[in-house]
Amino acid sequence: MRGQHILGLEHMSVADIERVLNTADEMKKVTKQDIKKLSTLRGKAIVNVFFENSTRTRSSFELAGKYLGADVINIAASTSSVAKGESLRDTLLTVQAMGVDAIVMRHSAEGAAQYATRYVKAVVINAGDGAHEHPTQGLLDLLTIRQHHGSIAGKKVAIVGDILHSRVARSNIWGLLKMGAEVHLGGPKTLIPKEMLDMGVTIHHRVEDAIADADVVNVLRIQLERQKKGLFPTPREYARIFGINDERLKLAKENVLVMHPGPMNRGLEISPDVAYGRFSAIEEQVNNGVAVRMAVLSLTLADGVQA
Amino acid sequence: MAQWLIKNGHLIDPANGLDDVLDIRIANGKVAAVGKSLSAEANDEVIDASGLVVSPGFIDIHCHLREPGQEAKEDLLTGTASAAAGGFTTILTMANTRPVIDQAIIVAGMKHKIQTDAVVRVEITGAVTKGLEGKELSEIGDMAQAGARAFSDDGYYVNDGRLMRAALEYASMFNLPVISHSEDCCLVADGVMHEGCVSAKLGLKGRPAEAENIAVSREIMLAEMTGGHVHIAHVSSKGAVDLIREAKAKGIKVTAEVTPHHLCLVDKTIESFDSAFKVNPPLRTNEHIVALIEGLKDGTLDAIATDHAPHAYEEKDCEFNEAPCGFAGFETAFSVLHSCLVQTGQWNLQALIHKMTAGPAAAFDWKDRGHLSVGGLADLVLIDPKKEWVVDPHAMLTRGKSCPFTGMEMVGQVVRTMVDGKWVYQDGKIIRN
Repeated sequence: MRGQHILGLEHMSVADIERVLNTADEMKKVTKQDIKKLSTLRGKAIVNVFFENSTRTRSSFELAGKYLGADVINIAASTSSVAKGESLRDTLLTVQAMGVDAIVMRHSAEGAAQYATRYVKAVVINAGDGAHEHPTQGLLDLLTIRQHHGSIAGKKVAIVGDILHSRVARSNIWGLLKMGAEVHLGGPKTLIPKEMLDMGVTIHHRVEDAIADADVVNVLRIQLERQKKGLFPTPREYARIFGINDERLKLAKENVLVMHPGPMNRGLEISPDVAYGRFSAIEEQVNNGVAVRMAVLSLTLADGVQA
Repeated sequence: MAQWLIKNGHLIDPANGLDDVLDIRIANGKVAAVGKSLSAEANDEVIDASGLVVSPGFIDIHCHLREPGQEAKEDLLTGTASAAAGGFTTILTMANTRPVIDQAIIVAGMKHKIQTDAVVRVEITGAVTKGLEGKELSEIGDMAQAGARAFSDDGYYVNDGRLMRAALEYASMFNLPVISHSEDCCLVADGVMHEGCVSAKLGLKGRPAEAENIAVSREIMLAEMTGGHVHIAHVSSKGAVDLIREAKAKGIKVTAEVTPHHLCLVDKTIESFDSAFKVNPPLRTNEHIVALIEGLKDGTLDAIATDHAPHAYEEKDCEFNEAPCGFAGFETAFSVLHSCLVQTGQWNLQALIHKMTAGPAAAFDWKDRGHLSVGGLADLVLIDPKKEWVVDPHAMLTRGKSCPFTGMEMVGQVVRTMVDGKWVYQDGKIIRN
């Protein structure tokens, strides 16, 4: 995978996904060590270019790079020349001219990471492009499922919430289907494009049907601005009809895994008892996020040197 | 004035029912004779057109020349040069310039500039509403008297049905059409591509075909109500074709055009996130293409128009969401349709030429254009139907270098264009007379 851009899971091979997950298992051990620093990426420079606010993903990439021994800097759009009207191309060329080895990029426009590959020689890692893909989130979710259930193949995974606007949903769908899982989408009609059937999923508008007998329930964040656009009437109604609470969760399998990419709206898409309950893997996902990002960076920049 | 005898060309003139190897003589800017084995007269310059197709000059009833105001994208010089290279001898330019063409004085100014700069005939569309803002009618009558040939807020749907009704009633007094950019604004919202499987996958916001159908439906009802002539621009949906077909059967005064890109490209191309494919209305799916071709064949769609919409390359070189819609279309129009539809056996050359000549002329009642009748205007093109070439925007005469057909292999190309009895384009070069 050395030199390979990581733009999405739609086009990532099963072998590469497995390679990342296996490496991440090793990297996870490193994150549990007292001294976490490796020299795998010593001398390498990584820039996190975030055109959208993010704490979780940016810090995760930053720590991943630092644990591997790379030099990591962060550029936030709000403090960059983008605010002065500079084009994305010019920003990328400026970063490129600094001689970096990898650009980790978050942008509100779908396809922005792919666009970046036209102008930079460095490895481009998509840290979320609009509603398109968020491949490292997809990979960390796969890792979390594999760690909990032992395998992904044959598992029923329900993805519940605002699918329409979710890059996490798209990366999850591609990754899960490739690894042999059954994917069920649940939520209101206004938040699930019916054309997603084409991707190979099953769609339910009764959330109970989506989570029935599920091995995994992945709850997505509802952005409250969607309500203002008329995509659902009120947060209250959403929580009542589509929210994942203890009662509904009983429909899933006994050892169900509950995931959420964060940040959560507690009491809206997920009730606090579920978010902090015994089935929740939400904190584990964060830990796995660092391991997966270490795996991706080491595999694309240094042939995935053993931890 | 030079006289020309073009011999042995395959003359296709659908308006006159001609489709044969014939000679054609041009004298005093007019067609002097058409027939078999015409003998050269003393002043004739003879051109051997063996193996070439001779057609009336193409008529484009929908293009953007960007002048006045956005000359960095295109101006009358480069725009009409590009049109000539594509075989167009008459083009109708839209009103969304800066300033907007919404007053007679701007129409008059344009007509003056056209006389000095243009190498092909340029007709002018006036705006339906002042500033294209959709709030108040422009001075339609004044612009009609200054020479505007149609009215349109193209780029925007006239959202206010009462205003559109008034525009149709008012323009009908001058026997001029109102061209509708038909898309329900609320339903398209901030969509950037066709709403379907591809948009669902990419996460890009969609513009549903129903937005077009709904808007076309209103225009048809208003045309019926007012007796005005509504022309539907760049039809892209199956539903719109069906609605227009029914309306025509009822005798409602509606005409329609379709673009080469909506006939030959699908939304799947956007999987590359290449903004060259971003256009409004958006590229749709094969199901819609099949309906559009059927609409052309049965006469529902009257004309092929390019919607030539050049943008500076830098403007299109950005995130897909941010890129402006549209691209240059003059120089690829014929070749794209010939390669994608005629060469593949889906359509025939005669019908294609009809929709690029007599079809648009009839839609707008331009009786002097679109045919090679003896005594008529000598506007014609020579086409090499076997010429193979690869689309390279940098070799094009337009300033709009973003093109969705870049790198595609074409068969067939316009090699010469004549306007008013004078050659204005030959083998890649403009001839300024």
